[in-house]
Amino acid sequence: MADLTSNPTAMTLAEARDALKAKAISSRELTGAFIQAIEAGRGLNAFITETADVALLMAGESDKRIAEGKAGALEGLPLAIKDLFCTKGTRTTAASKILGNFIPPYESTVTQNLWNAGAVMLGKTNLDEFAMGSSNETSAFGPVFNPWRSRGSNQNLVPGGSSGGSSSAVAADLCLAATGTDTGGSIRQPAAVTGTVGLKPTYGRCSRWGIVAFASSLDQAGPMTKTVRDAAILLTSMASIDPKDSTSVETSVPDYESFLTGGVKGLKVGIPKEYRIDGIPADVAALWDKAADWLKAQGAEIVEVSLPHTKYALPTYYIVAPAEASSNLARYDGVRFGHRAANPHDITDLYERSRGEGFGAEVQRRILIGTYVLSAGYYDAYYSRAQKLRTLIKRDFDQAFEKCDVLLTPSTPGPAFGVGAKTSDPLEMYLQDVFTVTVNLAGLPGISVPGGLTESGLPLGLQLIGKAFDEGTLLRAAQSVETAADFKAKPAKWWTA
Amino acid sequence: MSVDKDTVRRIAKLARLAVPEERLEPMAGELNGIFKWVEMLGEAQVDGVPALTSVVAQKLKWRKDEVTDGGNADALMGNAPGGEDHFFTVPKVVE
Repeated sequence: MADLTSNPTAMTLAEARDALKAKAISSRELTGAFIQAIEAGRGLNAFITETADVALLMAGESDKRIAEGKAGALEGLPLAIKDLFCTKGTRTTAASKILGNFIPPYESTVTQNLWNAGAVMLGKTNLDEFAMGSSNETSAFGPVFNPWRSRGSNQNLVPGGSSGGSSSAVAADLCLAATGTDTGGSIRQPAAVTGTVGLKPTYGRCSRWGIVAFASSLDQAGPMTKTVRDAAILLTSMASIDPKDSTSVETSVPDYESFLTGGVKGLKVGIPKEYRIDGIPADVAALWDKAADWLKAQGAEIVEVSLPHTKYALPTYYIVAPAEASSNLARYDGVRFGHRAANPHDITDLYERSRGEGFGAEVQRRILIGTYVLSAGYYDAYYSRAQKLRTLIKRDFDQAFEKCDVLLTPSTPGPAFGVGAKTSDPLEMYLQDVFTVTVNLAGLPGISVPGGLTESGLPLGLQLIGKAFDEGTLLRAAQSVETAADFKAKPAKWWTA
Repeated sequence: MSVDKDTVRRIAKLARLAVPEERLEPMAGELNGIFKWVEMLGEAQVDGVPALTSVVAQKLKWRKDEVTDGGNADALMGNAPGGEDHFFTVPKVVE
């Protein structure tokens, strides 16, 4: 353990928990090491707001509780929080100019659960504006850089999105773990391209209360961590039954870590044939095949399954999500909070200019798409049809899960790409989520686990998809993939120059 | 079906979003690209398929209709970009 505590920021959440319990390190020491790492890592732009003072206060309280033998499940463990979770008294921006100065007078349920368990807040991480994007380039606070670079290159790559600040911070050891939110892939895709683990729980598992809303029928919070075990630990504290969220499901929260035994012997792993899309890069396809072999070697049974409506998932998403977003974002009107245009000549002018000045280009585009598909004369052709397709997409999964326990797919169609490489064509960016978005439409849990490196040395992820509320089996299968992949690579610390 | 500059102006008005005149034409192009791609949904067979209303089989929860929070007007006004006493201010609405 002395070995681990000499480089505390490199510890996993589980290792740090055990080190604190064994009093090999104090929370203040651990927190101090992360505060230094965050300062040294400012070049990554992973944080919108650093909360060093709050962190040290919380760490001091944790040390007291540890000394008194009253430690919670996450006592003294420093975490980063996506700046979409409202934190009482700490600025919460959603990476938008329209919320640039918003200081919530309340705490989101998920973050409250974390603080109740004793966790320490290091700061609020960057993201795509209102979580709309797959590269963290739509943030009003500037792009985030991926700690990973191609071998021999000094070109900056994106950390994925929308939880790009969280993925970058976890990969660069700026925190033990982070929270993310996932509406179409926003936890799993950034985890995949940064060599980290990202879990989107079943819809309804984590409360949405106090999380800035994007698309309410799809949004779900989840952990972003260094290992599968850490994801299990963090999810156990994030999840709850919340009377303040009417879609929070009345199912008790198990100790997810307790599921991480037994391996995958006898588990049926489905390979959806429709995910073998045209133009999938050879190394992505090869890793996928290799992962099936890993699971088979550990005693799992591999079965081919069909999800025939897969190709409709992404366009369905780009109707449903903007429709919900256009409704959710109607609340930003320059009256009760947020940016307000100067010298409005009437109320309509106040609304229109506050919103026009406050929202960035991608958010405006999605509000317009959403308004259009919900407008008179187009509702049936677009929104209503999309909701029917959603039924078919969910039915595909229901039928597939009659033949298997989990599904195995790639997480993304490729590794991290260059900053600015895909910003000119919205469609090209949207295609980043082709493997992840189906899971949100069906409300299922999905996890991305690091699988290996491309020839140029960039991480690729593998996705496992589970049955609703079967995160336990999902995590167990994910740990088997993790064990077989034995992914130990770390990015070179170029950012601490 | 294709979105033109006037359509963008109309939906921007519906969305209460000020889109500068010079952005209308490029925005129409961007939206057309997306709607053209979405048109593939038209080929899917959806006759008799019910629209999805919830991904989880759970009845929407009910709660008692009672006040559980409040008396915090100062905190609520803390983020108001325009406000006097405990009132949000807006430009004159009624002549």
